[in-house]
Amino acid sequence: MSLKLVLKHEPEVPLEAEVITPAKLNGLSIGEITKLPLQYGNERVEVGEFFRVEGSYSGEIHVEGDLARVKLVGAGMSEGRIVVHGRIGMHLGAGISGGEILVEGDAGDWVAPEMSGGRIVIKGNAGHMIGSAYRGSPAGIRGGEIIIHGNAGNEIGHAMRKGLIAIGGDSGDFTGVDMLAGTIIVIGDLGNRTGAGMKRGSIVSMRPAQMLPTFSYACSYQPQFLRLYLLHLSRLGLPVTPAYLNGRYQRWSGDALEMNRGEVLLLNGEAA
Amino acid sequence: MHIQSTEVIDTFAEAFAMWGARVIITAATPAWALAAARSMTGFATSVIGCKCEAGIERELSAEETPDARPGISVLLFSTSLEGAGKRLLERIGQCVMTCPSTSCFNGLTSGEGVSVGGKLRYFGDGYQIGKSLDGRRYWRIPVMDGEFVVEDRFNIQPAVGGGNLLIHGLDQTRTLETAEAAASAMRTVPGVILPFPNGVVRSGSKIGSRYKGLPASTNDAYCPTLRAFSAATEVPLDAACVLEIVIDGLELRGVQDAMRVGINAASGNGTLRISAGNYGGDLGQYRIGLYELLQATA
Repeated sequence: MSLKLVLKHEPEVPLEAEVITPAKLNGLSIGEITKLPLQYGNERVEVGEFFRVEGSYSGEIHVEGDLARVKLVGAGMSEGRIVVHGRIGMHLGAGISGGEILVEGDAGDWVAPEMSGGRIVIKGNAGHMIGSAYRGSPAGIRGGEIIIHGNAGNEIGHAMRKGLIAIGGDSGDFTGVDMLAGTIIVIGDLGNRTGAGMKRGSIVSMRPAQMLPTFSYACSYQPQFLRLYLLHLSRLGLPVTPAYLNGRYQRWSGDALEMNRGEVLLLNGEAA
Repeated sequence: MHIQSTEVIDTFAEAFAMWGARVIITAATPAWALAAARSMTGFATSVIGCKCEAGIERELSAEETPDARPGISVLLFSTSLEGAGKRLLERIGQCVMTCPSTSCFNGLTSGEGVSVGGKLRYFGDGYQIGKSLDGRRYWRIPVMDGEFVVEDRFNIQPAVGGGNLLIHGLDQTRTLETAEAAASAMRTVPGVILPFPNGVVRSGSKIGSRYKGLPASTNDAYCPTLRAFSAATEVPLDAACVLEIVIDGLELRGVQDAMRVGINAASGNGTLRISAGNYGGDLGQYRIGLYELLQATA
């Protein structure tokens, strides 16, 4: 039986629950888990005040309830699996280096800031700053995968250095801003100012987009590497069609204000 | 022992420890994948003169390849890990990267990893792009038809080379037919290749020569024209043709299976005798007894 934490009542202010990670709950009894500390506004409370704990850890933690105000679940996670049955709050999987987090609802802002490995899957929508660097930090995520089935907000992958962020729906403004490397794939529409300040890396969309004047058109071609990514995303349940696999993509190089080694690939139609 | 009218000699094939790699080549069409594979496996019949042995394992459907395009699986063998790595680098660089529309992937999950794409990337002259996905790293090298995608590292695993069968026939025509049929049947065994032209070799060799510096020379014991000269002749009185099928495999089991399939396929149809080549058992790490192979299926 896996470990289950059921939210007893919604917090009125943000509840910081970074103890909900496999490494911190593994080997603890229900009694010990209920005594672990949480930060509730400016107070220290115990897990048992907000969660009913059932079962025991066997590699997987299930969290149930409307957790939209519960922050930092899975922070620092390096192994195991967390399944969130409902909405989840900010900073989900902050600094995650391994394991998997699955959210069956929506996620708040700052999903997986500065992650270095593992996988986070959001079945619903996600907020702003997904897979981003903290303000003032030189680099964002350095590995791993963030898969959002719905839409995502602004500044997705800010300063990301490595890894994959995939959005099944639309992304907001400044997708891939200040990107250093890595791959962002947006099945739907990109917002404004895509790739602003990017040095290297790939931003891909299946829809037309308005490019910044500091990006230059190179050609329309079939990027074979993209097939590997799209097939991978298809296996993860994102809506990948044969037109995406076999299509030609406009290649835009930029940002010329930086190294000009980044690329934005926009689906341009199926190959002849 | 006889299978139909064919005598199977109680002997063994002497096989050697080698290092093997599986290379997956994909392309826009099966024909282009095949073109690259043929080029990569050219001049790779024997480590004696080619530094490696290579061949096409089988065609792959789009469902079987990493990028869902039609592909070819190629196996390459060499006598050392380092040698196999060098040959991969040379042949993927010169024969696959040059072939339009191709991509190239590691096809083994175990073994020692060697850098191939990680070195070929320098052809990109700074414009190459590295990509990591699901624990594997790839390089996108800009070329004149777009990009050549090649995996960073290829695995090379301990393998077996030099499994063999010797088919003694009445004449060249019928022995050729028999050898072709046997080779065709043996190619259905996964994880093996038959590195010689069409899977068959006529110039079997022995170690050494009367001429200084030659590492190998004609295997006079199996040359019909020398039957009267050679005291060590193994050619039956009525035989006028001996053809050899050499098998390299990623696993000993595959080599054994291919030999068993080959013996059965080559028996009858005028084949006088089936035997195998060895050096007395002192050089190779593996002895594959023909009787043991056949008894294993009995």
